[in-house]
Amino acid sequence: MNPPSDVVVVGAGVMGAATAYFAARQGLRVTVLDKGLPASGTSSACEGNILVSDKELGPELELTRYSLSVWQRDLADHERLWEFERKGGIIVASHESSLASLHRVMAVQKDFGVQVEELDRDALRSAEPHITHEALGGAYYPEDCQVQPMLVAAQLVRLAVAAGATFHADTPVTGFLRSGGRVTGVRTARGDFPASAVVNCTGTWAGELAALAGVEVPVMPRRGFVMVTEPLPPMVHHKVYAAEYIDNVGSSDAGLQASPVVEGTPSGTILIGSTRERVGFDRSVSTEALARLARNAVALFPFLAEVKAIRHYHGFRPYCPDHLPVIGHDERAPGLWHAAGHEGAGIGLSAGTGKLLAQALAGQAPDLDLAPFSPARFAEAYA
Amino acid sequence: MTEHVVQVDIFWADVAVVGAGPAGLAAAVAAAEAGASVAVVDSAAQPGGQYWRHRPETVIPDPDGRGHHDWDVYLDLRSRFDAARTRGAITYLPGRSVWMAQKHDDGFTLRTTPTLASPTPVATPTLASPTPVAVRGRRLVLCTGGYDRQLPVPGWDLPGVMAAGGIQAFIKANGSLPGRRFVIAGTGPFLLPVAAGIAEAGGTVVAVLEASAPSAWLPHLRAAVGVPEKALEGAGYAATFARHRIPYRTRSVVTEVLGENRAHAVRTARVDSAGRVRPGSERVYDDVDVVGFGWGFTPQLELPVSLGVATRIDADGSLVGVVDSRQESSVPGLFLAGEVTGVGGAALAVLEGLAAGGAAADGTGAPPSSAILPPKAAARAERHRRFARAMHQAHPVPAAWSEWLTPETTVCRCEEVTAGEITAARSELGAADSRSLKSFTRAGMGWCQGRVCGFAASCLAAGNSHPSEPSLAASAKRPLAAPVSIGELAALNDADY
Repeated sequence: MNPPSDVVVVGAGVMGAATAYFAARQGLRVTVLDKGLPASGTSSACEGNILVSDKELGPELELTRYSLSVWQRDLADHERLWEFERKGGIIVASHESSLASLHRVMAVQKDFGVQVEELDRDALRSAEPHITHEALGGAYYPEDCQVQPMLVAAQLVRLAVAAGATFHADTPVTGFLRSGGRVTGVRTARGDFPASAVVNCTGTWAGELAALAGVEVPVMPRRGFVMVTEPLPPMVHHKVYAAEYIDNVGSSDAGLQASPVVEGTPSGTILIGSTRERVGFDRSVSTEALARLARNAVALFPFLAEVKAIRHYHGFRPYCPDHLPVIGHDERAPGLWHAAGHEGAGIGLSAGTGKLLAQALAGQAPDLDLAPFSPARFAEAYA
Repeated sequence: MTEHVVQVDIFWADVAVVGAGPAGLAAAVAAAEAGASVAVVDSAAQPGGQYWRHRPETVIPDPDGRGHHDWDVYLDLRSRFDAARTRGAITYLPGRSVWMAQKHDDGFTLRTTPTLASPTPVATPTLASPTPVAVRGRRLVLCTGGYDRQLPVPGWDLPGVMAAGGIQAFIKANGSLPGRRFVIAGTGPFLLPVAAGIAEAGGTVVAVLEASAPSAWLPHLRAAVGVPEKALEGAGYAATFARHRIPYRTRSVVTEVLGENRAHAVRTARVDSAGRVRPGSERVYDDVDVVGFGWGFTPQLELPVSLGVATRIDADGSLVGVVDSRQESSVPGLFLAGEVTGVGGAALAVLEGLAAGGAAADGTGAPPSSAILPPKAAARAERHRRFARAMHQAHPVPAAWSEWLTPETTVCRCEEVTAGEITAARSELGAADSRSLKSFTRAGMGWCQGRVCGFAASCLAAGNSHPSEPSLAASAKRPLAAPVSIGELAALNDADY
């Protein structure tokens, strides 16, 4: 039997790391468990986005804006540890119809306080000199940021440990400790870990862990491929994507979708994302996905046709049927909490989610109402 | 959006072979002579691989094989290869690298791209996307060889530092030397032909530094005696060394390459059996313009790993593919031959290639062959394997090699990651394997995708000189087995396959 904790966090991806960090800073006794090493799941297979520009109006946008403030205030002292970059996003429209749609979206976003500037053809060209000649105009989002997500997870775990937390790698959870109906800890091959609260931060695998506690959390995987080029001198200066991206993010269509998202990184490589398809945990390489990514990228930045791709990777984005994350206490299994299902936005939303959850775990009223993300919505749906 | 839909050239064959070195040539010849149709993809411009690399046949049409071992074996395989090409049994695709291999129910697809040695210059003129070339084989034989295993030391990233095999390849391909005065260092019998080749080409070998000791041989002598041609080879090098007065120092290593903008000297030291520097034994060799390092070989395993073959750690600490007596891997229809099944030299690679080619042809419509290798050849292959095992045990990577590093020593040259950064990632962030190390430091994420630093980085993550199989397998996992242009990817059309 391991010493009792106030909180056991299961999963050391960005979500678990941020939750552990803020919970430890609340003075709670925190234990973090991961089945492998930090950032070995979806956190290591994404693009490290902190995006405002692609969010739908509503609770997700609220959470995004809150999380952005946590990144820039609470975590500001550490931002160099994870290569935080205020890169800015640019949405490019290459057709009159998509330009008109983009203008409508911008107008609504402005009303909700999102910072966005219109770029005419010349302004777009001076911001991104290598953009396709077909581009008609765009929108610039100065708040869009980028981090190196593996470093976020690993460094937040380190900072959590420095603040008093304990971390165990290679410790998969095999079951829950129960007392009456309550969850009172977890079972592992390294013994039991008793705790007043257990937080499920297992991302795409959150449904499996919840099932061990007898509750259903409908988090499903959505596969996304990302392609990486050879290192180049700076050629792409922002996170540049085409207007269709926004439509894709919220879609439940099972088929392969791909919208161009092209961005430079501090190491000189260019990331080309991203496909989205519902194929379960299929790890086989899809040449169709690679071809779509390549065609889309070349359409945005024609010079890329001559550039070499040196690797690609894919991850499984965790999503819920209503495309909202599940954050908060699960009344169906008292003592069990969730922070999962953030889909393609988990990196950006992790800081805010972790801080809000830590407040709730410490018995405080969270800065933002967590009701829209409550696991209770599944209780109704699956009752 | 412009849709590029381009015609794809697809070559269909009973047996697809990757590599045209000793194993690949032998596999192609054996499969073709068994009646199978064969397609051979090779990254080099002409057959021979690293071992029989020779000057362009366009310049020297009938190379005499000077400086080569077993040239008669090459000439025999080559004439059979050419004869099979002439009668249409072998389709030969030189100058192409496989960037992805895929398995289907009825065989394998290899997607290829023109071989590229270095990163694209930024000011590349716009070219039309090349026609994609793919190979479909009912069976696949991978003979992708290996490359020099490297261990970092301070200064190894200076110009003038080369892989020992790189020096040899330079001489074989150009007929000239990459410098004047050489120091060759590392471990293993391969250092000998490299030094001898330099001396015979007119260069000065200032010293050969062997980290191991001759006495390390004694327990393994029986295995060596079982392969008499190896003993003869060794005697030949001894004569060359004596003739050119090449100093051969055992239990000695280069601890630092010195120089401002390029190598001009090396600091060396005597070491104990673990590779720890003996105090007071350090000395400097001045006026050295090329330093060649070789710490054994790393088999080129990304294609087998991407197809899911079972792997193991060989006696030299390398990740290799597991095969049965017919050279078939754990993936049915996929055969491996040569260094990818364990580093054992060219003679063994030829025997394995013959076995793999014969076995791969078996059942593709070719007449069934009862024995893939005649018993005497099979016994010879077994002797070579025993010899290789003895070599590996006599020439281990020194356990304490990482003590030669300073925190400032570059480990990953592509991404400029230092030993200090790697140590910090391990101690502070828990990077205990090559995968997490790569995630946190970018070691192995650059142009070479960890081919150069992968073994060393795995050692540093593990904190010892014996990285685990999962760590090496993660390091060998390269979803693109070769760089491929985005234009070429854009031209892919799955309906073609």
